Amino acid sequence: MMNKYIELIEKPQLAAKTDEIAVGDTVDVHCKIKEGDKERVQVFSGTVLCFNGRGLTRTFTVRRIVMNEGVERIFPTNSPNVVKVVKKRAGKTRRAKLFYLRDRVGKGTRLAEVAKAGKKGDAKSAD
Amino acid sequence: MPPTLLGRKVGMTRIYDGDVMVPVTLVKAGPCVVTQLKVADGKDGYNAVQLGFEDIRAKVTTQAEIGHAAKAGTAPKRAFREVRFEGSADKTVGETLNVGVFEGVSHVDVIGTSKGKGFQGVMKRHHFGGQPASHGCERKHRSPGSIASHATWRGQCGKPKKGLRMAGRMGGDRVTSIGHKLVGIDAENGLLVLKGALPGANGSLVLVTRSRKAS
Repeated sequence: MMNKYIELIEKPQLAAKTDEIAVGDTVDVHCKIKEGDKERVQVFSGTVLCFNGRGLTRTFTVRRIVMNEGVERIFPTNSPNVVKVVKKRAGKTRRAKLFYLRDRVGKGTRLAEVAKAGKKGDAKSAD
Repeated sequence: MPPTLLGRKVGMTRIYDGDVMVPVTLVKAGPCVVTQLKVADGKDGYNAVQLGFEDIRAKVTTQAEIGHAAKAGTAPKRAFREVRFEGSADKTVGETLNVGVFEGVSHVDVIGTSKGKGFQGVMKRHHFGGQPASHGCERKHRSPGSIASHATWRGQCGKPKKGLRMAGRMGGDRVTSIGHKLVGIDAENGLLVLKGALPGANGSLVLVTRSRKAS
C-alpha cells in the first residue's frame, strides 16, 4: 500500500547498466577499487551465472576460472562502484541459473554462442 | 520544544551515499496539529505540547474527542502524544507541523511498539545460554535451569524473587531506538529517511524526535 514511497526513493537510483546483459553472457565488469587514497578501475571478466533480487537490490553473479580455481563475484547491479558492464559474447542457455557450470571443468564450461542474426529476439542481444 | 512529529513507518530500502550503501527506513511523518499546550505555572504543573496525528471520522470517535480537537480548530485525531520540554513552548494551539521542523537536525530518536513475538522461551527472550546439547543432557536443551534455592536472597519465603527472568510474552513493548542519522527529508511527500531499522511493523505508529544524545 505504502510502497509507492519506497519506489519514489529507489527509482532515481536505478541504473540501466545491465539491461543488455543476460544469463550465460560473457562480460567484462568494470569495477571501482579503492586502495588507500587511490582509486582505479578493475576489470573482472567471466560468465554471468544468475541474477538475484529486483529493483535496487538486484545483483548478478559472474564466474571465471583463475589459475584452475573457480572464482565467483557478486555485483550489485545498481552500485556506483560498478562503472560499466560490457558484453563480449552472448551464450545460449535454457535456464535462468547456470549453477551446473560449477561442476564442469575445461571445455565443458563453454556455452554455445547465440547466432548473431538469428531469430528476432537474438538480433537485439547481439553486439 | 525539540523537533518532534508523529508518523508511520513505511518500510526499509537502501540509498547509495557516494560509493557506500546505507540501509534506511522511510517514515511518513506529520502533518501534526498542536491540540493543547500544558504549562508549568498553571494547573498542569509541567510544560508540554500535545500533538494530534491523522484525521479520524467523527462517527467513530466520541463527542469529547471532537470537542477537544475543535478547540484547536481541527478534525478529530487518531493519535495524540505529549512532548515535554524545558522553557517556553514557541508553539500555538492549532499550529500544523510537518517534516520541515527537522531541518538542520542530524540525528533522531524513534519511539515505537515492537513486533509481538508471542510466548517465547528464555533463550530468545532473555538471551540465556540454555543447556548442553550432549553430555547426558536430556529433553531440556533450551530450558532455563535452576531458579535459585530458598537459602539465598533470590529465593526467600519459598518464592522466587519478583522480576526473575522466565519464559513469557515477548515483544509488543514500547521501544526507543536512539541515534538514527537523518539521511534525508522529502518535504513534498512528508517523508523522513532514517538510517537503520526502526521498531515495529511497517505501517505502525512511531514518534520521531531530535536525538538527545547525538545532536
